[in-house]
Amino acid sequence: MLGGMIAVTLHKLMPLPLAIMSAVVLTMIVGAVIEIVFIRWLDKPSVLRMVIITIGLSILIREIALHIWGESVRALPYFTGSSVSSINLGGVYISSQVLWVVGIGALAVAALTAFFNLTMLGRQMRACAANRDAARLCGIDAKNMVTLSFVLSASIGAIGGCVVCPITYVQYDSGTQLAIKGFTVAILGGLGNSTAAVGAGMILGVLESFSIWVLPTAYKEAISIAILLAILFVKPSGIFGSAEAARLKEF
Amino acid sequence: MERKHFAVAGFTGLIVAIQLATRITGTEYFLTQLTMTAYYSLVIVGLCMLIGYAGQISLGHAGFFAIGGYVTAFLTTWDLKSNHGAFVSLLERSGALVSRQDVYGGNLLTVHPWLACVSAILLTVVVAYLVGGPVLKLKGHYLAMATLGIGIIVYRIVLGTEFLGASDGISEVPGFPLPGGLVVTGDSSLRISNYYLAWGVVILGMVLLLNLIHSRVGRALAALHGAEDAAEAMGIPTARYKLHTFVLSAVFASLAGVLLTHFNGGIGPSEAGVMKSVRYVAIVAIGGMANLWGALSMSLVLNYLSLRGYFGTYDDAVFGAILILIMLFAPDGLLRRHLFSDMKRLFSRDHAGEEAP
Repeated sequence: MLGGMIAVTLHKLMPLPLAIMSAVVLTMIVGAVIEIVFIRWLDKPSVLRMVIITIGLSILIREIALHIWGESVRALPYFTGSSVSSINLGGVYISSQVLWVVGIGALAVAALTAFFNLTMLGRQMRACAANRDAARLCGIDAKNMVTLSFVLSASIGAIGGCVVCPITYVQYDSGTQLAIKGFTVAILGGLGNSTAAVGAGMILGVLESFSIWVLPTAYKEAISIAILLAILFVKPSGIFGSAEAARLKEF
Repeated sequence: MERKHFAVAGFTGLIVAIQLATRITGTEYFLTQLTMTAYYSLVIVGLCMLIGYAGQISLGHAGFFAIGGYVTAFLTTWDLKSNHGAFVSLLERSGALVSRQDVYGGNLLTVHPWLACVSAILLTVVVAYLVGGPVLKLKGHYLAMATLGIGIIVYRIVLGTEFLGASDGISEVPGFPLPGGLVVTGDSSLRISNYYLAWGVVILGMVLLLNLIHSRVGRALAALHGAEDAAEAMGIPTARYKLHTFVLSAVFASLAGVLLTHFNGGIGPSEAGVMKSVRYVAIVAIGGMANLWGALSMSLVLNYLSLRGYFGTYDDAVFGAILILIMLFAPDGLLRRHLFSDMKRLFSRDHAGEEAP
C-alpha cells in the first residue's frame, strides 16, 4: 500500500520508472526505520509481542496514510498501453499490465531464490530463521539479519504494490487485506519457501475468483481467510512444506 | 478474599459517584456513553480473563460481540406474521413470540428478546467451541492470525448478507424487557436505570470472574500461563481449560453485544470490524494483562473518551499507538508493571484484585 501510494504521489513529479524506483527505496527506508525503532532493541521478544506490535504499526501507518492522502482511490497509469488495450496471446486477450505483474513476480521469485541459495547473506538469513541462537554462535549478526529481512520484504511489498496498483487501485486501507492474503499464501506454501508461495498464491487466487460462482461476491474476501484457517487447523506447515522442517523452527 | 469484596464495593461506589456527579453538574447525557462503555467493558473483562489468565490472545472478539448483537437484532426485528408454519405457531402458543407495533404503526410478530438473547448466546457457544478447539492448538503468530481471521470472516459475512442489513446493519431493535419493569433501551427517560443496569451486569461479571480466578480453575489457569508443559505434567487438562476460558470470554462478548444492540436500538457491521478487536486487546494490554480491575478501569476511561469523540479522527491511531507503546515498554501491561509490583511489595501478598480504580 505504502509503495503504491508513494509511487502515485511521486509520479506527479517525475517519470514513471523513476517514481517507482524511488517509492521502493523510500518504502525500504520506512521498513528499516520501523525495525530499528520498534523491534531491534527489544531483548528476546516473544513472537506474539512482535505480532501485536506489527499489527499496531500497520494501524498507525494506515491512519497516517489516511491523514496524508485522504480516502480517495488512486492508481498508477498502465506501464505500457492503457486500461482498454490488450495483447492477443494465441486467441486470449490479456491486458499488458497483467504481463508486467506476472513478469515482475517471476523475476522477484527468481531473485529471491538466488539470494537465499547462492549468496552468503541469504544463507545467513536462512540460518537465523531456522535457529537464531545457533546462527549467532556461528558469528552471524542476527539483529542485522532481522533488519535486512524487514527491508527486503518491504521492498518486495512496495514493488508488488506498484505493479498491481494500475489494475487494483490503491487506497489508504488496502494494505490490511493484502497483508492477510500475503500471510495466507505464505502459510499455504510453507513459511520461507518463495517458490511454493507462488504456487500457493495461484491456488488462492483461482479459488477466490471461482468462489463467486457458488457464493455471493461479498463473501469473496472471506474465502482467503477461511482457507487460511483450514490450513492452520489441518496442516500448519503448509501444503508444500514438510511438517518436520516446521517443527524445527521456533514459534 | 476480603480485599476482593472491598474492590467490588469500591467500584460500585465509583459508579454511583459518577452518576451523582452527572446529576449535580447537570450533564446526565454523559450517562448514555457511560452505559455503552459498560457493555464494552464486559467484553474487555472477558477478554482479560482469556489473555491475562489463560495466556491466549484473541484478535477476533469483535466477531463474537457481533454474533450476539446480530442474532438478537435479526430475531427481534424479523416479522413472522406472514409465516404460518407449524413451528411458528408452536412458538407463538408457547409465548416465545411477541406482537408489537413498528414505527409506522404496523403490527409485527417477532421473537421475544429473551429467546433471541438465549439463541444468540447458544450460537456463540457453539461457534466458540467449534473454532476454539482447533484455534487454541496454535501458538504465537498463528494463533493471532487465526483469531483475527475469525473476526474478519464474521465481519465479511455481516457485511455481505442481505438479511443482516449488509453495510447498513439492523435498526429499530426493540428494548429488552426485564423483570421489575426495567427495559434495556436507549430511551432518555430510562437513562439512569439503564446506567445502573449495565454496570450491574459488569459487576456481576467481575464477581464471577474473580471467583473463578480464586478457584481451582483459576489456579490451574495460572499454572498453564506460567508453563504449559509443566501444568500438563501436573495433570491439568490444559486444552480443556483453555477452550472453556475461550468460550466463557466469547459468551461475555456475545452478551455485551446483545445488550448493547438493544440499548442502541441497532447494530452495524463496524461493530465486527478488526479495529474493534484490536481496541479490546489494546485496552486489556494497557490495563495490565492479568489484572481485571486495571482492564476494567482503563476500559471505563478509554471507551468513554472514545465514545465522546475526544480522539476525533485519530481514534484508531490512538488505540494503535497505545498497543505499540505498551507492547514495547511494558509487555506485561501498564498497571501491572509499575503500580502493582510496588503494591505487592507493600502488601506482600498476591491478590489480583487490589488495583482499585
